[in-house]
Amino acid sequence: MNTTTTADSHEHHDHKPKGIMRWILTTNHKDIGSLYLMFSFLMFIIGGAMAMVIRAELYQPGLQIVEPNFFNQMTTVHGLIMVFGAVMPAFTGLANWLIPMMIGAPDMALPRMNNWSFWILPMAFTILLSSLFMEGGGPNFGWTFYAPLSTTYAPDSTALFVFAIHIMGISSILGAINVVVTIINMRAPGMTYMKMPLFVWTWLITAFLLIAVMPVLAATVTMVLTDKYFGTSFFAAAGGGDPVLFQHIFWFFGHPEVYIMILPSFGIISAIVPTFSRKKLFGYSSMVYATSSIALLSFLVWAHHMFTTGMPVAAELFFMYCTMLISVPTGVKVFNWVATMWRGSLTFETPMLFAIAFIVLFSIGGFSGLMLAITPADFQYHDTYFVVAHFHYVLVTGAIFSIMAAAYYWLPKWTGYMYDERLGKLHFWTSVISVNVLFFPMHFLGLAGMPRRVPDYALQFADFNQLVSIGGFAFGLSQLIFLVVVIKCARGGEKAPAKPWEGAEGLEWDMPSPAPYHSHTTPPRVK
Amino acid sequence: MRKIIMISAAMSTVVLSGSAKSNSESSTINLTQGVTDISQSVYDLHMIILTICAIIGVVVFGAMFYAIVNHRKSKGAQAAQFHESTKVEIIWTVIPFFILIGMAIPATTTLIEMEDDSASDITIKITGSQWKWHYEYFDHDFGFFSLLTTPQDQIHNKSEKGENYLLEVDRPLVIPVNKKVRFLITADDVIHSWWVPAFAVKQDANPGFINGAWTKVNEPGIYRGQCAELCGKDHGFMPIVVKVLSEADYDIWLTDQLKDVEQAKQDEQQALASTLTMAESMTLGEQVYVARCAMCHQVGGEGIAGAFPKLKGSPIALGDIAAHIDVVVNGKPGTAMQAFANQLTAKELAAVITYERNAWGNDTGDVVQVSDVKPEAK
Repeated sequence: MNTTTTADSHEHHDHKPKGIMRWILTTNHKDIGSLYLMFSFLMFIIGGAMAMVIRAELYQPGLQIVEPNFFNQMTTVHGLIMVFGAVMPAFTGLANWLIPMMIGAPDMALPRMNNWSFWILPMAFTILLSSLFMEGGGPNFGWTFYAPLSTTYAPDSTALFVFAIHIMGISSILGAINVVVTIINMRAPGMTYMKMPLFVWTWLITAFLLIAVMPVLAATVTMVLTDKYFGTSFFAAAGGGDPVLFQHIFWFFGHPEVYIMILPSFGIISAIVPTFSRKKLFGYSSMVYATSSIALLSFLVWAHHMFTTGMPVAAELFFMYCTMLISVPTGVKVFNWVATMWRGSLTFETPMLFAIAFIVLFSIGGFSGLMLAITPADFQYHDTYFVVAHFHYVLVTGAIFSIMAAAYYWLPKWTGYMYDERLGKLHFWTSVISVNVLFFPMHFLGLAGMPRRVPDYALQFADFNQLVSIGGFAFGLSQLIFLVVVIKCARGGEKAPAKPWEGAEGLEWDMPSPAPYHSHTTPPRVK
Repeated sequence: MRKIIMISAAMSTVVLSGSAKSNSESSTINLTQGVTDISQSVYDLHMIILTICAIIGVVVFGAMFYAIVNHRKSKGAQAAQFHESTKVEIIWTVIPFFILIGMAIPATTTLIEMEDDSASDITIKITGSQWKWHYEYFDHDFGFFSLLTTPQDQIHNKSEKGENYLLEVDRPLVIPVNKKVRFLITADDVIHSWWVPAFAVKQDANPGFINGAWTKVNEPGIYRGQCAELCGKDHGFMPIVVKVLSEADYDIWLTDQLKDVEQAKQDEQQALASTLTMAESMTLGEQVYVARCAMCHQVGGEGIAGAFPKLKGSPIALGDIAAHIDVVVNGKPGTAMQAFANQLTAKELAAVITYERNAWGNDTGDVVQVSDVKPEAK
């Protein structure tokens, strides 16, 4: 417990301003991590409310609650908020909280930039959300904003959408640079790369992906901006451009983006499964190699989102083969987790429950991904609810479930108190049941021929849509339990020991709970 | 362990066989087998990959649930120490790799077949625009628009929904059975996507570019599909209906169509000479307006602020007639306003412009004549 005493003796270095200024001026990785996580939850609720509007409209055939143009704004902004406002900031929040504690560093390498990269996010989302209230409405062209729907035919508020995306992109790039610099430079003595926890590894790889592709997104939105407002023709055939070019550039960003939203999950699950199996992670080095291969392959598969755009056969074959190949390293990861559980000594606290649900349900999303890779079949699946089911399985029961698992797992370390296990389990069971009622029937809807992004549908889709909506409302409500658990845990309860989980390993568990304001002020020595 | 595998295997067999029963009848839980050789191959590929995924799922989740049941601490399980095995890692890298190769071979064959649109018997150009399809028969130099016919009352729940709610059009695409029909697909404004599940044809319609696709249907019948790419407000309201006729019936249909085209040309000439009255124009104009203009400019002419301009009291509808005619006939490039010159007859154009100038409190009193709309035909 060396670290404890050193941390205490350095407490007098804190010149924390009081009240709101503490949060606005903070350069502390834990404060910033909390800000990111709270912001992400707020966005999760706002984006979720939009999903509720979507599901309410789709509860029955016919138009009941919203008009088609507003419906399109809801699907668009729901997607943007969940991707850029909920999932990505949640991972950055976890990175802020955990990476310094895990690698034995006192803080992130670039603390002032850290403050800035968080505080521009609320600005970006204020701009984006305010556009909904403007004349002509907010973005209504889908979160993938395909040109020319997002250029010539877009609402007047498109410039606000573009600037909001720019700011989110800058925030992500700054956050990623901070992670890379911290991990490369600030590891404790003895913490070699192959000794880093997998959460650190997966985030290092994610950060490189972010730095590689966020500028591509920035270029895309800039071209949308100039096409719409300044008379350029990047994506307009009449001026010598090509609307399909947009999709190539967008998905060159978009596919690695998919892995940006799932690689940190792999790191989280690789921390939680061994803890509650009381057994070391099976195949640590193969996990590192698998993550790296997934990241590399993610740059070679973008056009599998575009099989119906009229690509040459040779290109379709190339992208089909590369996409199928991704399932190999992904499979290795799932096999490793199962092998970790095999002949372990398992207990099922809430983080473990979410982790197990992640493995099963993320794999289902992986299976439908493999099916989507088969180009001839993709001609039928593409742009239907089958795709909607697929990416919600990987993003909700994948990314979001892993974030929930992480929150439960590290809450005792963050707050110093144990969360209410009974409420946690209630949250898990209501979530896992409702989420499947919500997303599983979408597979059937898609196979039976229901296109995505429609506010109304033919009568044969009515029954499943009703079921899906009920699942949606239940899943939405279940998340309020999580809010109660976190607030309760932050306010008090049973004191958490330094290492509340019997099987946990890692430097963060050597620190007292709650973790001191400054992490390892004297670097620990890693054997 | 064995019990779990058996139960899961039994369950997946039930699911799979249940879905396999559905033949060309459209299923509510599984992909259609369709009515072409291609759609059948696509269905087969779908079932193979689904079965492979189900088997892998049963094995992996089976092992996991076995561990969950038997290796739990509450049952006194002691954790083993192993955490590495290069041999095992290689095995579970290589086996999936070979499964994938096995899957890639039939997928490649089908894909190459799907993309070969050579040696076709008939060529039809399909053009998507907000929010309708246009079909042009290349070999016979005629074409027509195909629009949703579901009444607004049904969409807004004011009357009971029909059997083919949202999947019905005024003029379906008609093609013959057993002929290779090549589609040249493009768009006028934004990207659309022409999709008929029963043919396993889904091809994006990109403005300014032409994509090829083809089908050869084995059974006469009526097949329905929808636009599959988000194309704006009424993306959900531009269905596709294809009527597949026997060769003899197709020939009869084609002869009738060509006759109608001739008749329409004569009608146009006659209309040019006639004079439209205000009452006649307002009635016809309202019909045309509701069917073709109201989706953007709204039934009451109030438009949607910031997206689609209002016509009620607007400078265009109350101003210079020639400018108003120009906008409707030639459209406004760079906006959602299309050129209606080829979408409506001259009489309909004249009537709808008259309607716009005299409805909802617009009170110009102008009656636009066919000759105003088509001055070059004078």
